[in-house]
Amino acid sequence: MPFSQILVETEPPIGIIRLNRPKVLNALNFELLRELVEALEAFDRDDRIRATVLTGNDDAFSAGADIKELSEATPVDLIQRNQFALWDKLKKTAKPIVGAISGHALGGGCELAMNCDIIIASETARFGQPEISIGIMPGAGGTQRLTRTIGKFRAMEMILTGQPITAREAEKHGLVNRIVPVEAYFEEAKKLAMQIAQKAPVATRLAKEAVLKAFDTPLEEGLQFERRNFYLLFSTQDMKEGMKAFTEKRPPQFKGR
Amino acid sequence: MAYETILVEKRDQITRITMNRPAALNSLNDKMGEEFSTALKEAEKDEDTRCLIITGAGRAFSAGEDVSGLKERYGGESHPSLGDHLRKKYHPIILRIRHMEKPVIARINGIAAGSGASIALACDIRIASEEAGLKQAFIGVGLVPDSGSSYFLTKALGPGRALELIMTGRTVGAREAETMGLVNQVAPAAELDKVVDNVAAKLANGPTKALGLSKRVVNHVSRLDLHEALEYEAQNQDIAGKTQDHLEAVRAFLEKRQPKFSGN
Repeated sequence: MPFSQILVETEPPIGIIRLNRPKVLNALNFELLRELVEALEAFDRDDRIRATVLTGNDDAFSAGADIKELSEATPVDLIQRNQFALWDKLKKTAKPIVGAISGHALGGGCELAMNCDIIIASETARFGQPEISIGIMPGAGGTQRLTRTIGKFRAMEMILTGQPITAREAEKHGLVNRIVPVEAYFEEAKKLAMQIAQKAPVATRLAKEAVLKAFDTPLEEGLQFERRNFYLLFSTQDMKEGMKAFTEKRPPQFKGR
Repeated sequence: MAYETILVEKRDQITRITMNRPAALNSLNDKMGEEFSTALKEAEKDEDTRCLIITGAGRAFSAGEDVSGLKERYGGESHPSLGDHLRKKYHPIILRIRHMEKPVIARINGIAAGSGASIALACDIRIASEEAGLKQAFIGVGLVPDSGSSYFLTKALGPGRALELIMTGRTVGAREAETMGLVNQVAPAAELDKVVDNVAAKLANGPTKALGLSKRVVNHVSRLDLHEALEYEAQNQDIAGKTQDHLEAVRAFLEKRQPKFSGN
């Protein structure tokens, strides 16, 4: 199925998804989100792909929701369109997503960035939740994920003033893993995705799941969850191969089994 | 684009911005602030500009903030916010000079005082006429250094010498400034253009991308520890290593000839 709002490439073992509405700073319309979810689900099913790089372009990761599409919407429209079901699916992506973020990451763009598992930002990236300035508020997880990532006070300032922060501030506050020059952020993200793709796929998947569980559960329950995933990995061939390779001082050959 | 308070000339990929209110010692009124900002932005965007010269017309480089409007500004009940004035007028100028990824030369033809000195200090290379001087004029009017002066002086001289200049407000002559390392080179007034144009021509024919990246790295590394600085250099070297100019330099070396840089 061809995509019109995104570009999808595969360079096994990694997949690359580029938001591709450059004229509107990659504004997120319904169709783009639908394609994004479809592409991520396809990568989840594709055994050759073990990690994904999600990116926009140098000027914009995404400047947020498509205001044109939203401005006429009634609550009933929003419920019927059920756009948030797409966001829920996005959250369930099983394989790791490395965000390569440059330029604007605003509103839904910032929320989409926070859906990534790791964020490599360019020095020119700007993160913000400017919804308040047009009379609404973040609706795709911004109030929750930003608060859990950078803390109540900083999140409150960003969300209540709508003022964006620079890549350096984002790095300082732990919103991004690291920043690199604009010419290099995409390569850096690919390199990282490649590094992750060398690991045992089932372990990667279960580890990601366990980390994300930390947002949803009290510690005791999270620890139980972690332990179950840990036990589960002892039934994989990759676990045996990993340990064998370690004792034989050679690189492991993981098969995802 | 026609300007009232500045002159912008370009030849041989060198753009020269001249502050042009000689009767007022090129002090920056608000119009000049706006025009200067616009001209800097244009020069930054212009791919055919590979070196920028900033200078003043007449006998001064710039006397800094224009004080002719003081009466109106302080006439009313309330005091103006100097901080907001700086944020709006000077910060964009200083930041653009520091961050534009091409070489910027200050041709200091005469006195550079107050924010005029800040502009000179923000440039990458300073070449001064023997008759020029730098003056931290702020304390004389009961103010602190602004537009980056405290920052640039402290980095260049350390806090002791920076504070001496800031607290006394004395004029540092070109020769003394050269000894201190505040200016790179001093030339007799009659030879200033020759010296500046030589340096500018060399830079304008240089590997522009690598010059810009060098500036980026130097701007940034002082904030880092050694490990981070090494990593930052490596990242930028990766970028420089992919430029056409680098490949041209390698070829020229192997062919035992001078490289011809395109700026790409």
